[in-house]
Amino acid sequence: MIKKLTLSALTALSLSASGAYAAGAAGHIEDFAFSFEGPFGTYDQHQLQRGLQVYTEVCAACHGLKFVPIRSMAEEGGLGYSEDEVRAYASQNFEVYDEELEDFRPARPADHFPENTGAGAPDLSLMAKARAGFHGPYGLGINQFVKGIGGAEYIASLLSGYTGEIKEEAGTTLYENTAFPGGWISMAPPLEDGLVEYSDGHSNDLHHLSADVSAFLMWTAEPKMMARKQAGFTAVLFLVVLSVLLYLTNKRIWKPIKKKAKQA
Amino acid sequence: MSGIPHDHYEPKTGIEKWLNKRLPIVGLVYDTIMIPTPKNLNWWWIWGIVLAYCLVHMIVTGIVLVMHYTPHVDLAFASVEHIMRDVNGGYMIRYLHANGASLFFVAVYIHIFRGLYYGSYKAPREVTWIVGMLIYLMMMGTAFMGYVLPWGQMSFWGATVITGLFGAIPFIGEPIQTWLLGGPAVDNATLNRFFSLHYLLPFVIAALVAIHIWAFHTTGNNNPTGVEVRRTSKADAEKDTLPFWPYFVIKDLFALVVVLAVFFAIVGFMPNYLGHPDNYIEANPLVTPAHIVPEWYFLPFYAILRAFTSEVWVVQIASFVTGGIIDAKFFGVLAMFGAIAVMALAPWLDTSSVRSARYRPMLKWWFWLLVIDFMALMWLGAMPAEEPYASFSLIGSAYWFGYFLVILPLMGVIEKPLQTPDTIEEDFNAKYGSSKGDAAGTPAE
Repeated sequence: MIKKLTLSALTALSLSASGAYAAGAAGHIEDFAFSFEGPFGTYDQHQLQRGLQVYTEVCAACHGLKFVPIRSMAEEGGLGYSEDEVRAYASQNFEVYDEELEDFRPARPADHFPENTGAGAPDLSLMAKARAGFHGPYGLGINQFVKGIGGAEYIASLLSGYTGEIKEEAGTTLYENTAFPGGWISMAPPLEDGLVEYSDGHSNDLHHLSADVSAFLMWTAEPKMMARKQAGFTAVLFLVVLSVLLYLTNKRIWKPIKKKAKQA
Repeated sequence: MSGIPHDHYEPKTGIEKWLNKRLPIVGLVYDTIMIPTPKNLNWWWIWGIVLAYCLVHMIVTGIVLVMHYTPHVDLAFASVEHIMRDVNGGYMIRYLHANGASLFFVAVYIHIFRGLYYGSYKAPREVTWIVGMLIYLMMMGTAFMGYVLPWGQMSFWGATVITGLFGAIPFIGEPIQTWLLGGPAVDNATLNRFFSLHYLLPFVIAALVAIHIWAFHTTGNNNPTGVEVRRTSKADAEKDTLPFWPYFVIKDLFALVVVLAVFFAIVGFMPNYLGHPDNYIEANPLVTPAHIVPEWYFLPFYAILRAFTSEVWVVQIASFVTGGIIDAKFFGVLAMFGAIAVMALAPWLDTSSVRSARYRPMLKWWFWLLVIDFMALMWLGAMPAEEPYASFSLIGSAYWFGYFLVILPLMGVIEKPLQTPDTIEEDFNAKYGSSKGDAAGTPAE
């Protein structure tokens, strides 16, 4: 009983602390045209690679990707790196704690992206599936049926949705953001025009940086999306053909029965 | 099985005779597959097969998932991600299982409403109906506990809210809740027992399904006219029926494959559409989600649960009469379970001499209003608990109870049913005969 009371007290506390979450006023989610939308949408390999660069250079300072194995960057239907490239990327960018060595060592492809809880920032592995776009109108989910769940849109809108207004509340600095529920977020604007220099010379204004890293986070959340869509397509095709065959079989079986009914 | 007169299995070869004397299993299968089935069954009768498929689908995908899942509060969420990322085809198996629950409930709701429209619950099929309701209750329990297993935010808080309902029972509520949870709050003990029961209940359901089928194979299927198959002789029965194999097996398989094509499109192209984003956040007892919303298939009853607030006069009267023992929370719980209980009592509440609503000019409209009411409650269950949704939920709940407790008994008295056909054969011939009659419903192709 006491544990329960403590729990609810803590719950109430954390609720008032993250008041923005409880305020519930949904933010404005802009519609980004991502390549992976729709039944035939695929990941844009170059966009994912650019997004990885943004994550590595900016987001990784505070946010982890603890559910994502680094080796999955070499898998099909994703970033399309070779195993050597992944090995080099892992050792150059991340250190992980090795329990056998009892020390930190450079990351290997078999490791996951490190967890990062230092700044109290949420893990981003599944963020693109843990958030959603406009669930309307009237809560009917029609928008999501047509345009997709909208998690990547949410992230991109959030990253490019800062107004520049700042306020202090209970010792925390809050930044106004048009996409964040409640309108005020404790994360300082992480991206700005030209913050990351792409090696392929791709446009790197705020809009593109936001879209690229959001696409990358969609991939971290759903790395098997392309295989899944392919399997779905094959299954539907097979079932449609099978249903035609069964339709014809059924018609044929019933034909004499219906003929007899006609004569009756 | 007894019932409609038809040919039974006769062992012919030596080995068949030998086996049949010791275990008449071939005869059992033969009689089940060859059962005389009313030949005028329409497309609303295909959902039984879909449901049978769903049960197998869920058990098979579920058993594979269990091979990779870890029921522990610290590991469950990560083990689901392990399935999604590392297990061969794991992402597909998990999405098939998660969306399979939705297909299961789509099918069961259509199946139940078909029974309500055509009076399938009426004598002599009450036992089939009651067993069906038990299956439906078991399904809800299984689905609820299954949703807890991924240990996301909605898993955790859904479990907290729903087990909290038992805590609303006066005097013994809190001990019951603690007993269900295995502790004062949702924790590792809860996860483990839910996992255990989630694995057990589908097999209980399978047994109940066998009884369900046994029961309606004894009475014979209902059909769109509600008129019984003639049992005066085998020749008469054969005019009204066709053997299940191949006529209905092929028809049902065709329908099943069409349904599955839609299902696989959802699994392949939008597997998270029916889920809640919050369940991709690992469970955290310290952070309550802004809105705790159950899965879509629970929403109508969730709306009924929430409709009865302390401002509603029936709740106030109940509270006054019982000296406060029945408060708003407990009243809501009673209403939610009562909503299913009144449905289970339909065979005894319906006083009409006619089964099928096709020949019931008034009930037909009340029935479709009930369908709309069900959809509206589903929508209202997902809305925040505020006006005008609260009032709408109350009206919707009132109609749900009104249909079963007032309209069904009353209609038998005031409604003048239309002339039903004398035989199933007559109905069938009217539909496919050269003089196409005015028979309603979809063609029984």
